[in-house]
This record gives sequence, structure tokens and C-alpha cells, in this order.
Amino acid sequence: SGAQGGFCWVSSFSCVQNSELFTLTYGALVTQLCKDYENDDDVNKQLDKMGYNIGVRLIEDFLARSNVGRCHDFRETADVIAKIAFKMYLGITPSITNWSPGGDEFSLILENNPLVDFVELPDNHSTLIYSNLLCGVLRGALEMVQMAVDVKFVQDTLKGDSVTEIRMKFIRRIEDNLPAGEE
Amino acid sequence: MAIFSVYVVNKAGGLIYQLDHYAPRADTEKTFSFPLDLVLRPHDERVVVAFGQRDGIRVGHAVLAINGAEVNGRFTADGKDVLEFLSNPANYPVSIRFGRHRLSSNEKLMLASMFHSLFAIGSQLSPEVGSSGIEMLETDTFKLHCFQTLTGIKFMVLADPRQTGIDALLRKIYEIYSDFALKNPFYSLEMPIRCELFDQNLKLALEVAEKAGPFGPGS
Repeated sequence: SGAQGGFCWVSSFSCVQNSELFTLTYGALVTQLCKDYENDDDVNKQLDKMGYNIGVRLIEDFLARSNVGRCHDFRETADVIAKIAFKMYLGITPSITNWSPGGDEFSLILENNPLVDFVELPDNHSTLIYSNLLCGVLRGALEMVQMAVDVKFVQDTLKGDSVTEIRMKFIRRIEDNLPAGEE
Repeated sequence: MAIFSVYVVNKAGGLIYQLDHYAPRADTEKTFSFPLDLVLRPHDERVVVAFGQRDGIRVGHAVLAINGAEVNGRFTADGKDVLEFLSNPANYPVSIRFGRHRLSSNEKLMLASMFHSLFAIGSQLSPEVGSSGIEMLETDTFKLHCFQTLTGIKFMVLADPRQTGIDALLRKIYEIYSDFALKNPFYSLEMPIRCELFDQNLKLALEVAEKAGPFGPGS
């Protein structure tokens, strides 16, 4: 799906004929990592790392296609992530809630998560953060636009919670190697 | 060809991609007898014409080849100093090829890095806060258009001053970069782009932009 001057309202995800292949691919990835690493913690770290490598690339695709400008505060960032980015790549629009008083932390509430369709966590993987790839993606993408953030799952439907909640915290602006005009 | 070159510069100012899209102007090759009626002098790493223009040989043209063999800077292919060689009557008649010196890849790297530093001056000079860097550089023979992404990568296009639609072309090149470079898992970020699909799609985009022409609608 191409963007013609504006951003594409039809998410690239829903344009995929069969999103089952995507879910299966992600599942195969996680189970292979579980076999390769012996504990959930290492798998979680790997997923975050892989997500990071995706995020640093995906941000350019996002900027090239959506044409959004630079966000000047964290609330703008939250809006862009929930309403444009998530819609574009996963076909869902999480809601934004639980703002911290300082405006530097918020939660994304996902009613459904395409990555976990048909997934059930077994008892021996109770500390596995199945969708941790997403945290890495968000962290990597924002780092490329000079924002250091901390991203983690605080609720997960796979673990019995009613919703999936991702908590995002702004840490600092990355000052080294600022593009010209951003000082 | 109205779009001359494309440069892509990474966040640190390193040139990661360069394409020349123009037909080089013809070189001139002539046979000379002693004494040479052109005045030659060394300039940087080359030997250039200082005085004496004729038959397509212009002041500023560099010596590109002697007797069919390309010169290596100020030395002939077999290691002799060019100026010494040409001052010896025993070496005549000699065939010399003159032409405009084409930038070497090292020179392009240096120029891109220099532009990267210069780019920031645009925002520093501005009386307004948050100004962009240099977006256009104009000479009488070309216009250089520059687009810097929010992530700090710069795409530069050198084109005929009358060519329109370059803004759209720059954004198209950003899309092509995000597709054929970034989505190639074997391409490492910030490194030189050596992806065939990137080359092919870029050339296609340049041709489309050129066809739109200076008087056509912006592509």
C-alpha cells in the first residue's frame, strides 16, 4: 500500500492477504529462541535486541511514508505512536492512558495483539515476555529521532490480565549527533 | 539529462552512496609535435592546462592520458613525471588526451563531508530558532537540493537549475532508501549502500523526474 502525499489509512498489515503467516512466523521465532537460550530472561533480551534492530530501520519507512514532522513533546509522540504507527504496521489503535503527573510516562492499552493470536503461554515459560519484540521496536525507532525511552509490558493477556498494557517512559533527549537545526 | 548526481550522506557526515547520472562531456585527444603550444602546470594531483586553448582543449582541462595510457595523477602509466616527459623532444610526436577532471571517489567523500559540516551553518546563521540547514545551493550551472530526515540522513540531488519536482524526488529517494536499503537485512546502517535494487529503483525515479521536465507538473 503506497502513501500518496499523505499517510496511508489502510495499514500495511491488513493489506497482507494472510496475517496468519505473520503470526506463525513470529511464533516460530519465539519458540526457536526458547530452544536456543535456556531461560526466559535471555529470550526476552534477544527479542528486545531484535526489535531494536527492526525499530532503527522501521522508523525511516515510517517517516518516509507518513510524513509526520518532529514531535515537540511526549504527548505528541504518544499520539503519533498510537494513532499512526500502530495503525500502519499492526492495524490496531491502542488507547493512551495513565499519564504520569510530569507528563513523561504513559500507557498504551492494546485490546488485541495480532502477535498473540492463538498463543497460550505454557507454565514453564511464565516469565517469558512473548511480544517483547515490540518494546525493542519502539525503543530503537525513538532513539533514531533522538529520544531515549524505556518500554516495557506491565500487563499481558497471555498471563491472564484483561488487557495488554505497554508502559513508555521518556528518559532523556539524545544530544550527541543531533541533526542540524535541532540544537 | 537534467538531473546530474545523487549523494546520500549518513549521520556522521560520511558519504554512503553516490550516483552520477550525466553523460560525461567528450574528452579531446590530439597528437602534438615538439614544442607543445599549450602551457601546462601541476595542480593538486594532476597536470592541467594553464594557458592556450584550441580545438576543444580548454584552460583547466587535465591531462588524462598519454599515448593512449591513462596517467596516474602527475605521472605517466609507467611512472615517469608527466611534465618532465613532455619537456623532452625525444618523446615526440605524442598523443595527449585532455578533459575535465572527474572527481575521484575520495574527492567526493571529502566534499560530502565538507557539505555535511557546512549544512549546519544554515541553522546557525538563522535569526529564527529551529531553522533547517541548507536546503539549496545554487550556481550558474546547477542547483544542489538537500533534504535532511528527522534521523539525520541527508539526501542531495544536483540538477539543472530549471529542473522542477526535486522536492518530490528527494522524498521518493527517501522511500527507496527505506525500502531497498533498510529492508535488506544484509545492509548495515550507516555503511555504503551496495544494493542493486536500490540502484535500479533510484535510476528509475530519476528518469521519471526528468521526464516530468521543467515545464511539466511536479512529479
